[in-house]
Amino acid sequence: MTEDVTRSTMTTQEAVTEEQKEREAERAFRAAPQLNKSPLHGLWALTNRDLVKWYKNPIQLIISLVQPVVWLGLFGKAFNITGFFSGQVPPAQLNAIDLGTFGTTSYFSYLSAGMLAFIILFTAAFAGMSVVWDRRFGFMNKALSTPVSRGSIVIGKIAQSTIRSLIQAVIVLGIAVVLGMDTTNFSLLSVGGSFIMLFLMSFGLSALFVMLALRSSDWQTQMAIINLLNLPLLFASNAMLPVKIMPGWLQSVVKYNPVSYAVDGVRQMLLGAGSAASTAAGYTTLAPLWVDFSVLTVFAVLLSVLGIVLSWRLLTK
Amino acid sequence: MSQQAIVKVEGLTKTFGQFKAVDGVSFEVHEGEIFGFLGPNGAGKTTTINMLTTLLSSSGGNASVGGLDIHKHATEVRRNVGVVPQEYTADEDLTGLQNILLCADLYGIPRSNSKPHAMELLKLVELQEAADRKVSTYSGGMRRRLELACGLINYPKLLFLDEPTLGLDVQTRTAVWNYIRMLKEEYRMTLFLTTHYLEEADSLCDRIAIIDHGHIIKIGTPTELKASIGGDVIVVGVEESGPDISADIEKIPLVKEVKKSDHEYRIKSEVGEESSIQIIDLVRSKGLHVTKISLTKPTLDEAYLEFTGRSLREEETNKMDMFKQRVTMMRARR
Repeated sequence: MTEDVTRSTMTTQEAVTEEQKEREAERAFRAAPQLNKSPLHGLWALTNRDLVKWYKNPIQLIISLVQPVVWLGLFGKAFNITGFFSGQVPPAQLNAIDLGTFGTTSYFSYLSAGMLAFIILFTAAFAGMSVVWDRRFGFMNKALSTPVSRGSIVIGKIAQSTIRSLIQAVIVLGIAVVLGMDTTNFSLLSVGGSFIMLFLMSFGLSALFVMLALRSSDWQTQMAIINLLNLPLLFASNAMLPVKIMPGWLQSVVKYNPVSYAVDGVRQMLLGAGSAASTAAGYTTLAPLWVDFSVLTVFAVLLSVLGIVLSWRLLTK
Repeated sequence: MSQQAIVKVEGLTKTFGQFKAVDGVSFEVHEGEIFGFLGPNGAGKTTTINMLTTLLSSSGGNASVGGLDIHKHATEVRRNVGVVPQEYTADEDLTGLQNILLCADLYGIPRSNSKPHAMELLKLVELQEAADRKVSTYSGGMRRRLELACGLINYPKLLFLDEPTLGLDVQTRTAVWNYIRMLKEEYRMTLFLTTHYLEEADSLCDRIAIIDHGHIIKIGTPTELKASIGGDVIVVGVEESGPDISADIEKIPLVKEVKKSDHEYRIKSEVGEESSIQIIDLVRSKGLHVTKISLTKPTLDEAYLEFTGRSLREEETNKMDMFKQRVTMMRARR
């Protein structure tokens, strides 16, 4: 602790010049205080802070990628629905069954698209966690005592989670392709469009989870909320299994789950699910592509606006 | 010192449900002074600071900070004052410099200005060597100094410090006191601090407000507060036989009260050091032999206990506050 104790003895002269320098700097600053007073100032600084913390800690990234890789590699490869029937049904017929059920010729590709949504859902779910930690460890108070707008704090949290989840989705997509995802429908447009959908879903979900954490300083409660919402959002969607094999009541739940629309859109674009061939084989999409887009856009805009409005009220000490 | 008020508070109130944390406090902080809020835990010190720095909305009353109404111009108030909160707010995963620059960004200070200023401030609090180290490697004292530097990044004229030395060791506390004095003397800043350390209030503050149960009980300079409970006590022992010289002692300037018992005089004086010498001279000049003498200065402790009562507090505190305080103490002791 010795470095704390030593308080260097400034000579008077030094102190005077120090003071003069400080005064000059202060005068210069006060003369032209080009403060950025826009309502969005500090937004990037807050977003960047969380991103720096994230990429400086690659273990966190690696661990968060383990789950989708396990799902893809173990579940996706082992739960090989196509394999159930191989040998019993002629390959051509099998292809038709697959095409009709999954919209593509392999369950693995079908699941890969779902896994993109999975990784985004699970990253977004933890967006609220960083709000809780910031409250617990005081940073939130620091931010609140500066002129940065409450909206920026909320949007910063949503943005960092969105950016992180999209980067992870890119990695998951890469792994999926390596493990054998069907890439015949990949194009700049289809991949770009898919990521726009994933972006919208991520933004909306992050906003949802940040909102739920605005008042919370208790990480246990937050964990409970995450677990409460995560699995239903995942299983009551088309991420892992086709809607048409689900019971009727579940099918109607799936239709209200934004995750379903992202997955549906991604499958249509990346895998060509819903193409003439697959439709002929019996595959039905959840909704037309433009509906998927619209639902996700409304979802993202609505929840982020709600988040900002709530932050004005709830984001206090 | 000019007597211009930089903070004006009138009847400020904060209620949490039924509980009145701050109950109609009124006071002024003068420009250029160190003003201390002294009170036991849960007295309403932090709540008041949080309202003045617009972290909490008030339930009633008015306050202006730097001429700006805290209700109408909350953002402007935040822009103009510096805040050093009770807990450590720096991001552990970032370096000291990154933390200050982040603060600057939140104030909207352009990097061209904030970079040199951040380095100056780190130098001011003697952290320039540790500027590029992660805060998680900092000791408690270093963290406290970093918080101080962060609080100064927006060139505030008024700095709020909430329990600036909570949990620090004596050396670090002294260092922090020196910084606070330097800010006042060299940078002519106004400082508003809360503390429950009496010696801190005594040695640092120009004026103190004693606050308890959400009420301000007394405002004054440390000397005034001490004097208000009666002044220094001098006990002079003399030989039993001898004339009663109480009347003569009372004539000594500054002496307020003399009581004689068997063979000693209990004298209350405004300035004990001066009176005691005169008293000894007087006693001797009367041909008496001084057997013993003692001088007791009233401490702020006594004044404080007189005003706030001596009963122990059953503290009502929530889990969250306890956790935060533990974290603060834990980090401070590193």
